[in-house]
Amino acid sequence: MATVTLERLSVPLRDFELGLSLAVDSTVALIGPSGSGKTTVLNAIAGLVEPDGGRIRCDEETWFDADRKVFVPPEERRVGLVFQDYALFPHLTVRQNIEYARRKGADEYLDRFRIGHLERARPDSLSGGERQRVALARALARDPEILLLDEPLAALDAHTKVDVRAELQQLLAGLEIPTLLVTHDFEDAAALAGHVGVLVAGRLRQEGTPADLVARPADPFVASFTGANLLHGEPDGACAGTTGVRLDDGTLVRTSDEGEGPLTLAVYPWDITISTARPDDSAMNVIGGRITAITELGNRARVTIGPVSAEITVDSLRRLGLESGRQAYASFKATGTRIVASRGGTE
Amino acid sequence: MRRRIGFGLFVAVAVLTLAFLLLPIVGIFVHTSPGKVLGQLSNPVVEDAFIVSLKTSVIAQALILLFGTPTAYLLATRRFPGHSLAVTLVELPLVLPPAVAGVGLLAALGREGLLGSSLSALGITLPFTQTAVTIAVAYVASPLYIRQAIASFEATDRRLTAASRTLGAGPVRTFFRVELPLARGGLIAGLALSFARGLGEFGATIMFAGSLQRVTQTLPLAIYAEFDQNFDTTLAMGGVLVLISALLLLTLRIALSWQRSPSSGSPSLFGISSSA
Repeated sequence: MATVTLERLSVPLRDFELGLSLAVDSTVALIGPSGSGKTTVLNAIAGLVEPDGGRIRCDEETWFDADRKVFVPPEERRVGLVFQDYALFPHLTVRQNIEYARRKGADEYLDRFRIGHLERARPDSLSGGERQRVALARALARDPEILLLDEPLAALDAHTKVDVRAELQQLLAGLEIPTLLVTHDFEDAAALAGHVGVLVAGRLRQEGTPADLVARPADPFVASFTGANLLHGEPDGACAGTTGVRLDDGTLVRTSDEGEGPLTLAVYPWDITISTARPDDSAMNVIGGRITAITELGNRARVTIGPVSAEITVDSLRRLGLESGRQAYASFKATGTRIVASRGGTE
Repeated sequence: MRRRIGFGLFVAVAVLTLAFLLLPIVGIFVHTSPGKVLGQLSNPVVEDAFIVSLKTSVIAQALILLFGTPTAYLLATRRFPGHSLAVTLVELPLVLPPAVAGVGLLAALGREGLLGSSLSALGITLPFTQTAVTIAVAYVASPLYIRQAIASFEATDRRLTAASRTLGAGPVRTFFRVELPLARGGLIAGLALSFARGLGEFGATIMFAGSLQRVTQTLPLAIYAEFDQNFDTTLAMGGVLVLISALLLLTLRIALSWQRSPSSGSPSLFGISSSA
């Protein structure tokens, strides 16, 4: 798999300067609020924006080098960019859109993305999910060295989104090329990418695995942005209207959602209670164990026990005398969990 | 009650306005019948004028298309110092009185004109030739096409051109495969307007090219020449021009409706079949 490297890239934007270094060698997600410069990063890699400084390389090939005045135009970079609203050519059919990127062998892509029956349709007659499949097929038909996805799930309604996210997970797991996706949704990023960078006002605040970011957010912004704990497991029996989920470490968790197959559950840190004795209340899920990490963020603290991180006040932290290594219990309600995706090949 | 009277007043004014616009057309067709129009077409004056008009119009519009399209594209997609000045310059013939445009062309390209000596050195004489008619028509009609073309190219979604580039198409292929097909409705509409304006050209033509039958006498000039001799011929030629104008107006409406929905299965300039 190729590696696309951004070195001290700088692009002046209206309110700030985008400046970052990043290596993309697997599926990487950039998350951040809108206007943080995420799309500009993609445009710079694609060659649609010329940065002021820095370098962009794809393995040994230089795509951009400010010092050596190298700027390879977009049509010579072999980049598969999927635009936020897909940017399908409205005057061409689905087949013609794909043939635009590849003169021969469009059939393979029509089959692989299950859009063969739509080959003669025009983009404006397609649903959101179908449009995304066409856009992905078109981008990959170019045989790109890197796949760039701009907010791949933002244009979809909530219902379609879950299905499309699962489809996308499968696709990315089977791809042999590095992928950089940008999104403002941490859940989407965590579901799709094994490595996540948080971009705020043009700077990378923190990088790491999704679990790292939830357990040890570098600052309050990252903490609020990276919301949920994500728990992976298999369904293990239903009882009294709840679904049991056996997590990878053996813990059994109950959720009020229904699901089949490998699952990913989301639990927000502020929905988890920490106690020093096993609680006896309405919460159906209790995870006991030693505290592995405590990160203080102003008046709040993230406390990690086993697979989950809870967010509690520093007041409570002191009152309970919590510290790393101490035995404690994290509890949360079955109704406080959500099934966010069937598990794909992430991480 | 007062609101109803106010609304009635608006309707009355609108009806009056539309009737006023239609009145001359009704006048022509009340005085002459389709049979009379067809009969007059074999009149040599009418026939010659029709041929001169058609020939000069087609050549002038081809030139406008050939030179105006790249110019409009550049003005629509690039920003450079003097950009707004260039756009204003494109619109200059629109506000210039046609007679002044004719005098200007004579002063620039005439025997005694700015470029006159260079042209005669090359053995070229322009004034009072059919070429002069074509030049006058192209000069006066060009803004209508170029303005519309600029608007059409500006309306093209920049993300589509960006997508084209990332899919491996250079700027030239992007222009022919994406930008031109998407702008085609607007370009055809602009050309229809420009054609209509050029066909009616009078002032600049008579100043720069004169009114010689079979050479420079276009339909509008022939109408003026025949006016005090044979009113029937004049009306017949008027009828012909009204029919052509109606056809152009129809083209304009259809082309503009394409422009609004470029994706719906409309016929394409590039032989791409519409979706079934």
